[in-house]
Amino acid sequence: MKSIQNIQPTRTPMREQDPKERAHNFKEVPLGYSEAEAIQEASRCLNCKKPMCVTGCPVNVNIPEFVSLIEQGEFAAAARAIKKTSALPAVCGRVCPQESQCEAKCVLGRKLEPVAIGRLERFAADYEREHNLVEIPPKAPPTGKKVAVIGSGPAGLTVAGDLILLGHEVTIFEAFHKAGGVLMYGIPEFRLPKEIVQKEIQYLSQLGVKFELNQVGGRSVDVRELLSERGYDAVFLGVGAGLPSFMRIPGTDLGGVYSANEYLTRSNLMKAYLFPEYDTPIVRGKHVCVVGGGNVAMDAARTALRLGAETVKIVYRRSEAELPARAEEVHHAKEEGVEFQLLTNPTALLGDENGMLSAMTCVRMELGEPDASGRRSPVEIPGSEFTFETDLVIFAVGTGANPIITNSVEGLELNRRGYIVADENGRTSIPGVWAGGDIVTGAATVIQAMGAGRKAAKDINEYLSSK
Amino acid sequence: MLKILHKREVAPRIHEMVIEAPDIAAKAQPGHFVIAMADEVGERIPLTIADYDRAAGSVTLVLMTVGVSSTKLSRLNEGDSLYALIGPLGHPSEMGNFGSVILVAGGVGTAPVYPIAKKLHELGNHVTVIQGARTKDILFWTEKMAGACDEHIVVTDDGTAGRKALVTEPLKEILEAKAAEIGCIWIIGPAIMMKFCAKTTEPFGVKTFASLNTIMIDGTGMCGGCRCTVGGQTKFTCCDGPEFDAHAIDWDSVLKRQQIYKCEEKCAMDRYVATWQQEQ
Repeated sequence: MKSIQNIQPTRTPMREQDPKERAHNFKEVPLGYSEAEAIQEASRCLNCKKPMCVTGCPVNVNIPEFVSLIEQGEFAAAARAIKKTSALPAVCGRVCPQESQCEAKCVLGRKLEPVAIGRLERFAADYEREHNLVEIPPKAPPTGKKVAVIGSGPAGLTVAGDLILLGHEVTIFEAFHKAGGVLMYGIPEFRLPKEIVQKEIQYLSQLGVKFELNQVGGRSVDVRELLSERGYDAVFLGVGAGLPSFMRIPGTDLGGVYSANEYLTRSNLMKAYLFPEYDTPIVRGKHVCVVGGGNVAMDAARTALRLGAETVKIVYRRSEAELPARAEEVHHAKEEGVEFQLLTNPTALLGDENGMLSAMTCVRMELGEPDASGRRSPVEIPGSEFTFETDLVIFAVGTGANPIITNSVEGLELNRRGYIVADENGRTSIPGVWAGGDIVTGAATVIQAMGAGRKAAKDINEYLSSK
Repeated sequence: MLKILHKREVAPRIHEMVIEAPDIAAKAQPGHFVIAMADEVGERIPLTIADYDRAAGSVTLVLMTVGVSSTKLSRLNEGDSLYALIGPLGHPSEMGNFGSVILVAGGVGTAPVYPIAKKLHELGNHVTVIQGARTKDILFWTEKMAGACDEHIVVTDDGTAGRKALVTEPLKEILEAKAAEIGCIWIIGPAIMMKFCAKTTEPFGVKTFASLNTIMIDGTGMCGGCRCTVGGQTKFTCCDGPEFDAHAIDWDSVLKRQQIYKCEEKCAMDRYVATWQQEQ
């Protein structure tokens, strides 16, 4: 076993596009490791007997195995080791919050910086794909069982990837014209290139997963009919969260006011950043405010910079310590010039005679007593209102449950907030129907949705085997 | 799939398209809408279903060419396929026997009114349709509509067909004569027409539905671009509508939201026309 004294104390840095330059283009920000850098970083892994990192991963990737394969220069083998438990390594290597999952558990982290597991995962997946070394793994013999997956986001793709390898027939129904769900419409190109998402989806197609695009669960696809008339043995609902929230303040109908969902979907999925080459337009603000402090808020703020904004502010009602976004996202946003207007909350949006946004009124906040979540709740400071010019406000203040699928399935138990009630394996109140991801938990992360997909797939397989 | 089975220009710049879409046709009801994309770089635009044929597995759409997206769709020919079409979306129209009903169809709004009128007629309502257009040339489906109602009143702004009047005039006259007999009213057409029709019916206290055609992207409740204010509350046209109580809609906000991309629409159209001219 390696001795901790001989280990490079800090993580091998990953090169990034210069902040000044990247704030004006949609190319990916981190540039990835070279082979030498990857080996250097992989050699920091102690290869623990009881690897705690694996327990921190919602899909339990065998981290020491793939890291030591990288150390040995077996890059493609490393990617295949990850793929045994994760259908989307190139995606997870980029968007997982490793610092609060696998890397948080790395024993090196007690004294030194933890191994950069996410960067290594990304490296392995990129290496395999870029060198055309992707192999189709052997599949179990056909079981004759059919599974329908509704929604092609991270949860649905994971379910499909797992069940297809076990010999089941899998069809994914996707409402949009492109598969990938939030990976396509939500996460921007500069954080997750869409070509990579499509390559991961192509891999699933090669495994035999069928994709039916432009099919809306609860509309053109009916869950009960899938089970009764269309010969499916199980259905997984991974339709994601839905209805974007707006604040209850005057002026949210004005032009130049978006939900983050709309703003990001226009830019990412519909490619409004390439307007007029693509037909979908987007309001390009000069002075932009993004309300909210999560990862989605950071994505919207950084997109606004790239769409030519002169100033971009994050307006958040608590303080920096409470920002729900990943530290890395906040850091990247600051580097690129996003300003943080903390302890501030909007109270009104003001418009011009054409119904376009022109200004916003906010109030200063201070932190009061801790609330039920343990976070100190923000309280308005009386008389502290101030108004400033802005021509684009994006609300990234969360989402509610989408009613389209849930209302269409009679007997499907929902909680009081409208999300689907499912047990720890994703089983819903209807036999043969599972659910996972944001439509069960409310807005969460890509890897949490994948974790839910993984558990549901295992349970679906057991159910199908005993059927 | 999504192949255009029949296409004809029913009036200048107004095209009727019958599209092979069995999954949508199987579930379609009056009042539902679809989202269409002409090509991969296109916009997603909502269109209310104008008719459907479950047996043939087809839906009928009628669109007027205004901007790039509708022009691109209208330039597809029989045998071509749309890039994407999803639906049926939204809530269907509230159906039942209301006694007497009035449906006001303005311009291209004639198309979505047709299946609602037909169904209400089948359900035994006494159906009056007031069909209006600026001028005779852009009136379409008059015979078809006459066959789906008991009373068919045609009006044009310039008097070139039917009565020279705005749709609000016969609407008001009927209400003045027999408001108590009217169970329900639908008004579908340009937002400005719907606003004035809503104002006309409001004093009579007759339940009035308007079908909104707002800007949308996904059409499934995800983006919120279609939001409108109804009775002081934010509603999403795609999953709360598209029909709302016409008296509770904030019409000025609806009208203003239609103008958000006015400049971009012109820019995109100019560019499209330029490339199209180059091709010829």
